[in-house]
Amino acid sequence: MAISQMVGARIHRREDPRLITGSGRYTEDLIQAGTLSMAVVRSPHAHARITGINATQAQAMPGVVAVLTAADFKPLLSGTHPVAPAFVAEKHTVPLRFPIAESEVAFQGEPVAVVVAENRKLASDAAAAVEVDYEPLSAVTDLLKALEPDSPKVQSNLVDNVGWDLTYAAEDTVKDAFAQAEVVVKERILQQRLAPTPIEPRVVRAEYSSFEDQLTLWMSTQNPHLIRLWVSGALGMPETKLRVISHDVGGGFGSKISPYPEDYLVAASAKMLKRPVRWVETRTESLQTTTHGRGQIFDVELAAKRDGTFQALKVVQYLDLGAYIGTWGAFQACACLMAGGAYKWPGGIAARTIGVLTNRVPTDPYRGAGRPEATHLIERMVDMLAAELNMDPAEIRRKNFIQASEFPFTNNFGLTYDSGNYEGALNKALQIVGYSELRQRQQQARQQGRYLGIGLSTWIEMCGFGPSAATVGATGGLGLTESAMVRVHPTGTAQIYVGSHAHGQGHETTFAQIAADTLGLPYESIEIHHGDTEHGPAFAFGTYGSRSLAVGGMAVHKASNKVVSKALKLAAHLLEASPDDVVFDQGRFHVKGNPGNAKTIGEIAFAAYGASLPEGEDHGLEAISYFDPPNFVWPFGAHVCVVEVDPATGGVDLQQYVAVDDCGTIINPLIVEGQLHGGIAQGIAQALFEEVAYDDESGQLMTGTLVDYLVPTANEIPTPVLDRTVTPSPSNPLGVKGIGEAGTIAASAAVINAIVDALRPFGIKHIDMPASPDRVWKEIQAAQGGAR
Amino acid sequence: MIPAAFAYHRASSVEDASQTLAQSGEDAKVLAGGHSLIPLMRLRLAQPSVLVDINGLERDLSYVRRDNGSVRIGALTRHYQIADSDEVKRSLPLLAEIANEVGDAQVRSMGTIGGVLAHADPAGDYGTLALMLDATVVTNKRSIPAHDFFVGLFTTPLAADELVTEVTFPAASGPHKYEKFRRRMSDWAIVGVGAQRMEDGSWRVGVTNAAPTPVRATAVEQALSQGASPADAAKQASQGLNPTADLRGSAEYKRHLAAVLTQRAIEGAS
Repeated sequence: MAISQMVGARIHRREDPRLITGSGRYTEDLIQAGTLSMAVVRSPHAHARITGINATQAQAMPGVVAVLTAADFKPLLSGTHPVAPAFVAEKHTVPLRFPIAESEVAFQGEPVAVVVAENRKLASDAAAAVEVDYEPLSAVTDLLKALEPDSPKVQSNLVDNVGWDLTYAAEDTVKDAFAQAEVVVKERILQQRLAPTPIEPRVVRAEYSSFEDQLTLWMSTQNPHLIRLWVSGALGMPETKLRVISHDVGGGFGSKISPYPEDYLVAASAKMLKRPVRWVETRTESLQTTTHGRGQIFDVELAAKRDGTFQALKVVQYLDLGAYIGTWGAFQACACLMAGGAYKWPGGIAARTIGVLTNRVPTDPYRGAGRPEATHLIERMVDMLAAELNMDPAEIRRKNFIQASEFPFTNNFGLTYDSGNYEGALNKALQIVGYSELRQRQQQARQQGRYLGIGLSTWIEMCGFGPSAATVGATGGLGLTESAMVRVHPTGTAQIYVGSHAHGQGHETTFAQIAADTLGLPYESIEIHHGDTEHGPAFAFGTYGSRSLAVGGMAVHKASNKVVSKALKLAAHLLEASPDDVVFDQGRFHVKGNPGNAKTIGEIAFAAYGASLPEGEDHGLEAISYFDPPNFVWPFGAHVCVVEVDPATGGVDLQQYVAVDDCGTIINPLIVEGQLHGGIAQGIAQALFEEVAYDDESGQLMTGTLVDYLVPTANEIPTPVLDRTVTPSPSNPLGVKGIGEAGTIAASAAVINAIVDALRPFGIKHIDMPASPDRVWKEIQAAQGGAR
Repeated sequence: MIPAAFAYHRASSVEDASQTLAQSGEDAKVLAGGHSLIPLMRLRLAQPSVLVDINGLERDLSYVRRDNGSVRIGALTRHYQIADSDEVKRSLPLLAEIANEVGDAQVRSMGTIGGVLAHADPAGDYGTLALMLDATVVTNKRSIPAHDFFVGLFTTPLAADELVTEVTFPAASGPHKYEKFRRRMSDWAIVGVGAQRMEDGSWRVGVTNAAPTPVRATAVEQALSQGASPADAAKQASQGLNPTADLRGSAEYKRHLAAVLTQRAIEGAS
């Protein structure tokens, strides 16, 4: 075994030079003569019947090749939008979705027709000239109203708006604990809808070759292989006839996992017209039609003893599904299963999830998906109880943490947390931030009429999906694994093809770091390739759920080890020794006790393509592996946020942010820190800035530009102070966990807890997100109506 | 995000621009910095048939001049030029402060003072300063006192063939402050308040984005002149306001904010 050299090294990403010098290759960069542009005619209504489409004028406009509607696509596209079981095996009402509306539209922005023209401008002009007659129907955008029996249905043929209603654990199971509880705190906690807003919107380009009956899709996606599966299925083509290529991807945050109507429409148009077709999403389309995240309401009750010991929890989740159930829309139900957080619940957890259809764009996973919601609700409730009991929020956490000695720990829903030291992370974070001094400062500030607040978030996360056995039901038959193919050339360079697909994660760097140590080859000699279904392993699942390293990186490790095993046999043959006597160290094979006489892996690679191989050994030095983890991985950490609230304006000044996180073994600290910076910024964004808003009456999106949808910038986000503890995962050979979503999972609770802590003198117990100045001010006004 | 088709004319002079506008009718628009117009065009909320680009007229329309008691700013002077101008910093530092907080660096590089005034967006900070200081908006046809210029939401008395060429402010270098309250650094003010102490000791106070037009807080000014404390004077700030509730806050909140910011602007003036 080689001594680690590259694993753990703080090296710059090898992707960066090309990305920051304009040499990246995003899908829109692929400009090829003869490619047509598609523009989508979308519903301006939240709910309406289509009574007529007149394309005569559009059809006659310059450069227009075709105006296509559902009737044109019907012969080419079969099936409906896929809906995975995820965490809700049985759904109730599942509206069927054809990629383009046939007779009824159910959300503003739903495709009604497409225009294909010689360029984007002509397509846009002609799209504006397509006349669609609508008969508006009653819409419902509020998820609680949608549950009322007399509510309009999101589609006129539905009997109700209930996507599902699933009880994971009945209220009965916690009845005793609540009956005996010395104290109960309860709250309704909102999770506003968020728009993922990757900097690169969605882009699809398709080219059909009638010679080979081959369709090639270039697109901005997180999972080329799954897209191949879905789109080839819808087009009725064998998987072999569809190639999906995705070069650089400018962010996804979960919104580029599921297939979209445009994916099918571009592919089918290219096949129909036998010309390359491209569609580039505008920013407004991105805000209006790319799946949203969150959109939930939680009713939570926590039962405890007066000494602060938690007893039991009740959670009801109302999840706004939008007009159709997202492919992974039921993933967010995992918030129920994670609601217990880092704590023990001897009296149990009752949990129920209700998926509600509304006339809005569908929701789907968004960075963290279910786990930020779980963290937010439990961390809020813990602080609420601490305030109720007048206990220190750190102390009440320590009292209830799962202890380091209790791992592996099986939670109330049978999920097994692999490893952890929750109190260790908290103590470290409190030490860095100077917690006791901060509390003194807070006291002094209060005496001066200033409102300083300190918020904690001791988060945990389930990520790294597989294992296949646990996920096969969630996908509807495929078990989540990840694949890698390692090819070592005669000159000792290696190409590694991986199925996970980076959209900012730095796989080309970290995976090469892992392979360099495993193969004993120089880091510079290893190339990582991803994003093309034509090359590498037959199947893969892609990048989301903080799974790439813990599953995909381990596939690289596993395949590299396969190569080393073979190389060892070849080395033994060349050294005229038994394989059992040969050791591999720092890229060199030698007989035990005789390091002077060694063969490098490079020499072995050359010999592998020569004429002197052990009897029965194949030529070549390459291997393919699929890694199937035995469990999820369970990162954790403690975040501390310090704010000062200006009660006159409601403004929140984010003064300090400290994060101590534990993602097990670290491959590249620089990338881990980058993920945390971005993740924390996104969590702060939810806490203070971002919210998708619809007009309740009309169902019109009110946040259709980045002037109204407030993505914060570097000006608004403090640079967090980061530190770590390292508790390796027992579930993979390197002990790694995931860090891609951690910052987002943790941050919103830390910020809101800090704000509520600041506002305690007003008697404020909870505030919803985003804690915008007008909302904070309103809460203070309302509280001042009572005792101060 | 793709504008509708339009004709484009690059003006060779103010006269040429005016003539082109006259010939093109109501659908023509002047393109200066473009930071309000182009986003509207990209969303097809504005679909001008002709764009008259005046960016080639910088030699005539981009300047800062001190003229006795006045500071004259050419309409095409960009925000960063105002913010960086030694003359502005000397003669009307409040204007430099305001210019320095418009949008972000990209907006400040392109956006112009004339464009902001002609667009008459109630969120435009310059309008507040022009109104409270009794500035004059100069066009190719006439001079319009600021209090006659802001007629309503996005509405000015400018004729179809009329271009703003200059804005003339009285010089004022006494204590001043602009309180611009917003959620992100680059946003428009939810509410903004400017306060300027004049040579004669009187105060001028104006409110941004709390009515369809900028509002001069005359009641606050009067209270101050009668010796009221900033806190007491600021209680008058909501007079004459008519804010719209939107995603950034309720009308009630914005009225309240105007008072808070008024007090802070006066107290913070230096």
